Amino acid sequence: MDSKLYSRTLGYTGQGGEDAPSTLAPGRVIDRFELQQKLHLGGMAHLWQVVEVNHQGDSRLPLIMKVPRIKGGEDPATIVGFEVEQMILPMLAGRHVPKFIAKGDFTRQPYIVMERIEGASLRPRLDEAPLALDEVIEIGSRVATALHELHRQHLVHLDVKPSNIMFREDGTAVLVDFGLSRHDHLPDLLDEEFSLPMGTGPYMSPEQVQFVRNDPRSDLFALGVMLYHFTTGERPFGQPETVRGLRRRLYVDPVPPRSLRPDCPPWLQEVILRCLEVKPERRYQSAAQLALDLQDPSQVALTRRAEKLQRSGALKTFKRWFFALGAEPAHDRANIVEQLDRSPIIMAAVDLDHATTELLQQLRETVRRIVLTEPGARLACVSVMRITRIGMDDLVDADGRSRHVKQLVGLKHWARPISKALNLEEGRLTFHVLEASDVAGALIEFAQRNQIDHVVMGARGSSTLRRLLGSVSSQVVAQADCTVTVVRAAGPSNEGRDIARAAVAPPPACTTAPPPTAAV
Amino acid sequence: MKTAFLADLHANREAVESVLAHARAQGAQRWVLLGDFVGYGADPGWVVDQVRALVQTGALAVMGNHDEAVVRGAAPGMRPDARYVVEWTRAQLDATQIDFLASLPMLQRHADQLYVHANAWAPTGWAYILGRSEAVKSLGATDCRYTFCGHVHEPRLYHLSAAGKAGDFVPTPGVAIPVPPHRQWLVIPGSAGQPRDGNPAACYAMLDEAEGTLTFHRVPYDHESAGFKIRAANLPQRLAARLEDGH
Repeated sequence: MDSKLYSRTLGYTGQGGEDAPSTLAPGRVIDRFELQQKLHLGGMAHLWQVVEVNHQGDSRLPLIMKVPRIKGGEDPATIVGFEVEQMILPMLAGRHVPKFIAKGDFTRQPYIVMERIEGASLRPRLDEAPLALDEVIEIGSRVATALHELHRQHLVHLDVKPSNIMFREDGTAVLVDFGLSRHDHLPDLLDEEFSLPMGTGPYMSPEQVQFVRNDPRSDLFALGVMLYHFTTGERPFGQPETVRGLRRRLYVDPVPPRSLRPDCPPWLQEVILRCLEVKPERRYQSAAQLALDLQDPSQVALTRRAEKLQRSGALKTFKRWFFALGAEPAHDRANIVEQLDRSPIIMAAVDLDHATTELLQQLRETVRRIVLTEPGARLACVSVMRITRIGMDDLVDADGRSRHVKQLVGLKHWARPISKALNLEEGRLTFHVLEASDVAGALIEFAQRNQIDHVVMGARGSSTLRRLLGSVSSQVVAQADCTVTVVRAAGPSNEGRDIARAAVAPPPACTTAPPPTAAV
Repeated sequence: MKTAFLADLHANREAVESVLAHARAQGAQRWVLLGDFVGYGADPGWVVDQVRALVQTGALAVMGNHDEAVVRGAAPGMRPDARYVVEWTRAQLDATQIDFLASLPMLQRHADQLYVHANAWAPTGWAYILGRSEAVKSLGATDCRYTFCGHVHEPRLYHLSAAGKAGDFVPTPGVAIPVPPHRQWLVIPGSAGQPRDGNPAACYAMLDEAEGTLTFHRVPYDHESAGFKIRAANLPQRLAARLEDGH
């Protein structure tokens, strides 16, 4: 079982007691929802399957009603967690949370009606740990993607653990239970409520132990604990039951996963231990940056973390213990989204085969300027290797060198002046060669999957090519859901000449418009 | 029913016009005016007339310390420039306008809402609610679930649970915050006519009773014209400057 010691301060695991009102039974109608069947008897709340009477609203969704257990004569603080969830859930949108339907207030019958996510949480999988590495990586990448989406919505979950993670049929990770969460735009009802750290013992980040409740990187620590557990079958910090036990994670580092599981690759240990860094600034700076690494292990920059086979020695631990004594976490006034804004992922789409030297230079200069403005930015350089749809391409050229490797080499060569000029330390600059028949589609998909903040790409230089192939950049501008900057090489335009030629032999209408040149 | 709450209008016609227009566009049906209609700004007569017109159509208004000073004359301990503004303001107002200010009550109540300029424990003492302890003291002095007050020019939201735990919050403009009635809430909309949190945009708050939510708003307005009038009226120059930088 997950330790819920610290949740207990919220009454999450209260034993016994009578429900009030005690008349909840199948067939009862609360507001417009009819109770059907009790699905789950929790320590904090009961879950009922409900249907919407009269089928108003979005009634095709399967629904559940969450009803808090209110025990007589208790401190009303026990239901603050439920109150927090009632405030927060309506603010959230998208596929990574259950859809909010309705709520009932505390003066009558408190409840939350939300979309029912079918299936089990990740909780039962803990008993099966260690899991296959592919599955650990898949879980990590899906959960990181979901967390980034929630962070973008001004939310830190603060109770990320297997029992709060579910999956839709298509594999999309869904976070549930926002009873300990913090939303930047809402009063934090939990802030001053309790004198013990809030969270679930094994997963709580060091800063949560020290009462910091607004750092999205706390969720990355919890995800790191999960990944460690799924990889090794053991908890990195055990299941402490006292505040003193919780504070141990401030100075005792976990046993490196590779010493518990020899087939854990160095890169995965690097990723997990980076999530588990005591100081948030030494972890990944955003969940999207973590997801990017999990999806492309070849690009993970290995440091000493990857090679460690035993935890730090007694002297180092003692030093860390000494400095952790009475240490306060660095107070950062930045809110959740400001933290994300400081750590964007910039994607440079580089067409090495067709772009002119001038355009490649201009693209590099533009990318350099953008990356320069944010010291926390990460740059992903992407090129697409065109393959035919039926996959008949000969991937090995005459010299016997893989085209793929050639692309990668070319990409690194292109980016070299940026990495030199900006002194990008390891991990901030990655290279990705995609293979696809639809170049624009591949770029758009990459941007979406990796939650890219800003795409920078060149406009196709030659109008003949554009006419033949359509404009990749205009398709990316139209379809990507992030900011896109389209770069043109400086110099005299030859557009006039092209138009004149076009007038003689009119091309298909859709290719005559030049691609947009402004950032959108 | 949506109710707009305006506090500390301070004779700033440009700000008040912009706030009223914004709140009407947002669907405001009721108005509550939390005092300090005059002082600092160059348009006391226009603002008092607006407030009076709103009150005649059902708005509720309470008296602020600047309104009291203009009615009674400057207090003996007042700083010279404040005294100057009080006397200048008094000279701008006609008898009806002064009578209207003099008629304002210190407290108003509507259902489970309390309206007062400074605080609920001693409305005529003009003590500020600067933090949680004063907020708890004020909430303890009323059985109303919701207290709305001004006097402090920075927007804040305080909440108090039945267990006596209090919290405070700096609101994000434009976000509807649920304010369920099982807690007590103390709402400071922020100053409409003289914002002081570094943002020159005018403040007000809107309560949506059907939804059970409260939204703080910021409305940009022509503070340059308001500042120009202050300078032209030969009022203390710093009063114009602070409208521009919002301090």
